[in-house]
Amino acid sequence: MYYQPDIETMSREELSKLQLERMKWSLSQAYENVDFFKRSFDGAGVTPDDLESLEDLAKFPFIVKQDMRDAYPYDLFAVPMKEVARIHASSGTTGQATVVGHTARDLENWGDCFARGIAMVGGSDESTLQVSYGYGLFTGGLGAHAGGEAMGCTVIPTSSGNTKRQVQFLADCGTDILACTPSYALYIADTAIEMGYDPAKDFKISGVICGAEPASENMRQEISDKLGVQYCDVYGLSEIMGPGVAMECAERGGLHIAEDQFYCEIVDPDTGEVLPEGEWGELVITTLTRECTPLIRYRTRDVTRIVSEPCACGRTHRKIDRLRGRTDDMLIIRGVNVFPSQIEQVITAFPEVATQYQIILTNKGPLDHVELHVETEPDYPIDTVRKLEDLKRRLEAELKANLQVAVDVKIVEPKTIERSMGKAKRVIDKRGEQA
Amino acid sequence: MILQLTVFLQNEKGTLSRLTRTIADAGINMHAMFLADTAEFGIARIFCDAPEKVAQMLTDAGFRAAVTPVNAVHVPNEPGGLARLLDFCNSADINIEYAYCFKVGDDTAIDVFKVENENIDEALRQAGFRIAEPEDIYAF
Repeated sequence: MYYQPDIETMSREELSKLQLERMKWSLSQAYENVDFFKRSFDGAGVTPDDLESLEDLAKFPFIVKQDMRDAYPYDLFAVPMKEVARIHASSGTTGQATVVGHTARDLENWGDCFARGIAMVGGSDESTLQVSYGYGLFTGGLGAHAGGEAMGCTVIPTSSGNTKRQVQFLADCGTDILACTPSYALYIADTAIEMGYDPAKDFKISGVICGAEPASENMRQEISDKLGVQYCDVYGLSEIMGPGVAMECAERGGLHIAEDQFYCEIVDPDTGEVLPEGEWGELVITTLTRECTPLIRYRTRDVTRIVSEPCACGRTHRKIDRLRGRTDDMLIIRGVNVFPSQIEQVITAFPEVATQYQIILTNKGPLDHVELHVETEPDYPIDTVRKLEDLKRRLEAELKANLQVAVDVKIVEPKTIERSMGKAKRVIDKRGEQA
Repeated sequence: MILQLTVFLQNEKGTLSRLTRTIADAGINMHAMFLADTAEFGIARIFCDAPEKVAQMLTDAGFRAAVTPVNAVHVPNEPGGLARLLDFCNSADINIEYAYCFKVGDDTAIDVFKVENENIDEALRQAGFRIAEPEDIYAF
């Protein structure tokens, strides 16, 4: 039921004590070995000795993504290279890649964090784990792999792609748990159905561990129903570690943070002030055990809140709520903040519409114009113009009511919206492109 | 009832030719085609041989295609041929969703129409109309 019961069900008091002890170590590890933290702490007039309680962390300066890019490749490493066992790097699609190093101990801790999630979906050392995240610099594949090995699972490292083969392994190899992005899980399920299987009945699979991109409640439900599985949402980011920073138990209602490894704060994204517990804001993470790349107050840009009510599963570690979006993925449309996840939530409430969608932003004169491309489900009657236009109007009205922004819905032919192997490209922002 | 092939198309350059090319390459003969269009999308309504097979083939090729049962009636190719049929529908409170007609030979035409309540063949027969059978229009 638990992977590390002594840690996962530790009393809050003991856990806070452990966190403070580790936080002191982590601040020193950063301050004494990484020039960036030496300079930034000195600039803010603080030293690790100023930390007497967990709340004192608020006195320390933040580190942001750009600082990590500037430190490329190794300037944030706190250990000599001979102790670095592996490096991972973010894709760098939005700028210089960020490189994160891991010692052997860091990798071991990572495996433990992910293995806790495997137990959350009922996995054990008797389970077969199919890892359909991409392997490589991206942390998804190797992170899930490490979790499977830590648990003692039989790991099938299919990586992403070659979807028919993925289905074949699900069918033939008795996979119990599948780890991949939610859009890929859905694609695998749809491919299996197209191949003539009913995955919920025909396959042994009982759990999925999905992360690395947002998924609405309805999309999760669709994955659970089509595959006949318990859905575990996994949170992680390559800067901090990778998948496993927080994972969702069977009770749902949030993802348990691995609080013995990470300390989470929620701050106001504009002022940086720490917000009272339970309020929505930007997640800030401090690593407590990481040797190679300790990060103190890393601003994740992810918008969530802390859920501190005791969980019926017995784990004492607090949860983060399902991410509402990213502060920098947040679309500002005609001055209104819109998260793609909100749009997805509306779409998936329409059973006539497939969950694949794309948002296209353009300028129409001085105004932003939002076009949403959707496909109808295969069994939706396409014969009457009236019904199609009615569907479009209902969808538009619902979007307008939910987002406070007018959205132009366009029903497109199937397969016009690109299916994804990794992260789905949901938003195409062409604003500013036109002359 | 006649099975009509229905295909959803985006109202964009090239989509109709892609459709007809796909049907042609499968060696399927079309007997009639009508296009309903809106600013953003169109619906191609087609009479062709083996409509169910073609709908499946188009679906596999990535089209949104389906078969739709429609009513088809032989009428004389003369003034009032269609009007008499529609008068009847009106008096029988049959609401028509869409309709189209085409001429067969010199003397007759086929009027095709889609109604909410599909099962009106018997009512039409009793009123003296000659229902078109699938074999009048396409091969299986």
